[in-house]
Amino acid sequence: MKRFALWAPLAIFALLFAVVASGLFRPAEKVVRSAMVGKPIPDFALPAMVPGKPGLTSASLRQGQPRLLNVFASWCIPCIAEAPQLMRLKAMGIPIDAIAIRDTAPAIAGFLRRNGDPYARIGSDRASQVQLALGSSGVPETFVVDGRGIVVKQIIGDIRPENIAEIAQAVKDAR
Amino acid sequence: MLAALLLCIVPAAAQPVTPPARYANVQLADPAKEQSARALMETLRCLVCQGQSIADSDADMAADMRALVRERIERGEKPASIRDWLIARYGDYVTYDPPLSGLTWPLWLAPMLLLGIGGWIARSSFRRRTR
Repeated sequence: MKRFALWAPLAIFALLFAVVASGLFRPAEKVVRSAMVGKPIPDFALPAMVPGKPGLTSASLRQGQPRLLNVFASWCIPCIAEAPQLMRLKAMGIPIDAIAIRDTAPAIAGFLRRNGDPYARIGSDRASQVQLALGSSGVPETFVVDGRGIVVKQIIGDIRPENIAEIAQAVKDAR
Repeated sequence: MLAALLLCIVPAAAQPVTPPARYANVQLADPAKEQSARALMETLRCLVCQGQSIADSDADMAADMRALVRERIERGEKPASIRDWLIARYGDYVTYDPPLSGLTWPLWLAPMLLLGIGGWIARSSFRRRTR
């Protein structure tokens, strides 16, 4: 008993040391995942962002066909990087809708002219309120929404070429 | 001309181009409501800065969350229901006042347990002294 008591502090220290060291070498995930995956898209209605392209309502995400919902902004640098990947997904026949966060019509028009326009609809979210309702914590983020308006997948950060197959598969599975 | 000029401006920094929402940095007119909004904001985590509450953070996203909190308090919503709404979207992570669950029970139980152990040690050492 006495011998155990003698070594216990060292054992506790070693345990704590191991916990802290493992945290140093394998830092925790820094992204905040949405808890809305698996749940229906919340109700919203966003006005059109640019002339000639409709705004976005939650009803338009429940029309029987799975879609991508891209959360982006003209002031977001990684959004420029992911634009070619969205164009590829569009070319594969996947419909893409978008929510533009805290943006202006001229800035978005310029962004679409420079980087291509893969979007069927773009809603203007001036105060990020729909972004918050979706559980999204930044731009860019992309949600895969099935035909009944249920969120089936969230992609955080810019879509890279290596993500294309996985996203296309998620859309196919959502059919 | 002005429109053409505006179109030429390419955002250089990853910052929103629009001004923050009305209630992001403006207090509510009713001091009691502002106080309850403030108390709630101090217990909500900023999602992009993570070590700060939305009351402390200068991030754009935190500003939008403050606007959401103030607007809902202004409409008469209870702070607990706003917190639940955010937890439904971001998980328990968003609150600095986590609810009691299978994962968080040690937070409540451990202090009581440690206090009990401390009391027990104190009792036995006092006893030894009086002997």
